[in-house]
Amino acid sequence: MSHAEPLSLPSYLDQPPEVVAHLAELYRRRTVMRIDGLSKLFGSGAEEVVALRDISFDVHHREFISVIGPSGCGKSTLIRILAGLDYPTAGQVLVDGLPVEGPGADRGMVFQGYTLFPWLTVKQNVLFGPSMKGTPKLRAEEKALEWLRLVNLSDFADAYPSQLSGGMKQRVAIARALANQPRILLMDEPFGALDAQTRASMQAHLLRICGQVNITILFITHDLDEAVYLSDRIVVLGARPGRIMEIIEVPVSRPRSPNQFLSGSFLSTKRRLEELIHHVEISAKPESEMMAEVYG
Amino acid sequence: MNPPKPNQKRRVKLWAVRSPLSRKASTSATFLAFILPFLTWCLLAYVPFVWHPLVLVQAPGDSNIPGTYSYLAQGQRVEKSEFDGRNRELVAAGKPKAVGVAANPIYFQAPDEVARALYTAFTTAPERDGDLWLHESLLQSIKVILLGFLWSAVFGIPLGVLGGTFAMFSRLTEPFIDFVRYMPAPVFGALAVTIFGLGEEPKVTIIFIGTFFQMVLVVANTTRSLDVSLLHAAQTLGAGPRQLVFNVVLPGILPALYRDMRILLGWAWTYLVVAELIGEKSGLSAFIYQQQRYRHFDNVYAAIAIIGVIGLLTDQALALVAKYLFPWESGNLALVRLGRGLRRSLPAPKPAAAESLLTIGDE
Repeated sequence: MSHAEPLSLPSYLDQPPEVVAHLAELYRRRTVMRIDGLSKLFGSGAEEVVALRDISFDVHHREFISVIGPSGCGKSTLIRILAGLDYPTAGQVLVDGLPVEGPGADRGMVFQGYTLFPWLTVKQNVLFGPSMKGTPKLRAEEKALEWLRLVNLSDFADAYPSQLSGGMKQRVAIARALANQPRILLMDEPFGALDAQTRASMQAHLLRICGQVNITILFITHDLDEAVYLSDRIVVLGARPGRIMEIIEVPVSRPRSPNQFLSGSFLSTKRRLEELIHHVEISAKPESEMMAEVYG
Repeated sequence: MNPPKPNQKRRVKLWAVRSPLSRKASTSATFLAFILPFLTWCLLAYVPFVWHPLVLVQAPGDSNIPGTYSYLAQGQRVEKSEFDGRNRELVAAGKPKAVGVAANPIYFQAPDEVARALYTAFTTAPERDGDLWLHESLLQSIKVILLGFLWSAVFGIPLGVLGGTFAMFSRLTEPFIDFVRYMPAPVFGALAVTIFGLGEEPKVTIIFIGTFFQMVLVVANTTRSLDVSLLHAAQTLGAGPRQLVFNVVLPGILPALYRDMRILLGWAWTYLVVAELIGEKSGLSAFIYQQQRYRHFDNVYAAIAIIGVIGLLTDQALALVAKYLFPWESGNLALVRLGRGLRRSLPAPKPAAAESLLTIGDE
């Protein structure tokens, strides 16, 4: 077998009719989160670093949108600003038309390091958000069990996080965020610390959950397969300064399955991402310049 | 090509770098930690040619023979050179030699003497009326320690937690505390006596000063070491500042705080002697001081050993309690199970109406 000919792929811009219809329907939905001209500078004067420059995009109801980019492109800064844990230098974030002033229960977040409360059992972790709002305990508890069933962890309701594996911990974190009924779920490289098998099963879990629950997700990752597999759209960021290179409408039809990893539309999207990100990584700074920076 | 026998014993290295000991080796080593010093003590106390720098005079010989060393008397502990000198004098005078056995100094007591004293010190009435029995002294000491430590915790823990939580609070308090903490607690002794008079209060004050300032800084540090991402997670779940402190910071640092308190309690004990010797002497220190004056060194050792035993036992007891209190760290679920059992024995709550619960938003 020889591959003298380069693999011919369909263009990533060619969308099959069901994807066109899906996206058209998606754009008609209400905007849950509007990111409007977001910029973030660190330091000042000669030390000034532009972490993010003029980031704008909308997230629609029940959309799954990924943000991908090379390391140092400001993905984490972006999601921290969206969560309200950091402040933009310019621009604003609107949730349901209201500006974000700080962290809030309307934007749930799943972190890469599981951040479960170690002193609470799995069920108590899921109950944390509702109890902050003062939800009556009995009803909240019943709901918590329901959320745990959704992530297939009802048998571990009374376990402590230290007794769980990484994948299980992250599923609890997802249940905990969802139990709070956020308008949007922000996920910051949630599966980045997991091994390949667990990661694949978590992706399957997440797709299933998206099918069962009305939830809008903004997902940060550096894994190209993951981004294409899960998303409706992918925001590609470039590095130094962090800016939007392209927003890709994923031409892979739903429902998604691992079989699609080798489909033409999947591969062409992935190739496009590779092009964008590799191009960015190479041209961001010549090596000599970086050496000069490191060694003075 | 033979497969290894399944029950073949793996050679366990006792001195491997940074690797855990087997349970058996660990237990044995713990016992050895006490047995080795004890054996050394026995060796020094009972084997005549090991140390024994003095001679216990049993029969001084004819005391009518004049000489430099004629002062030797029965029951005296004298230097070997003195004893030999006296014998030379006696031999020169044609008299039989003095009789004596190798002995240790009076302050070095043998294990059996201290062991006996551990019992008799409790049962012997004090030599003077008004002096305290050993158990009374002991209770007095424990009371001073606990009061000083409790007051210090009552103020130190909240201040430390606030300092570890709010940078502003930390800047407002810690520089001054850092300044005071370098002043040795005993320098406040005279002042404390002037203010509070004789009695217990100045002693409690010294323990308080000795532990409080350290406690604030230690607790603040522990609070700061809480993983900040837990606070971020709680914020995205809707927790406000008050809830962050009470529902995240406090439970989050609890096991570490408990460990700090264990260490600081030991710290409080080190200030005990200083505290008890200011103003009117009290407690174990007074007992030890008094026994030393009567040259009852067996009782002195007994009292010192009691302090060690109390320290060791409280620390071990607190460590054991921690296992039950913090099941998420120890994996010991006994208390949790007990709680669940109790809850189950209560009447079951009425289940809510069945409906689809998994809804988010309004669409």
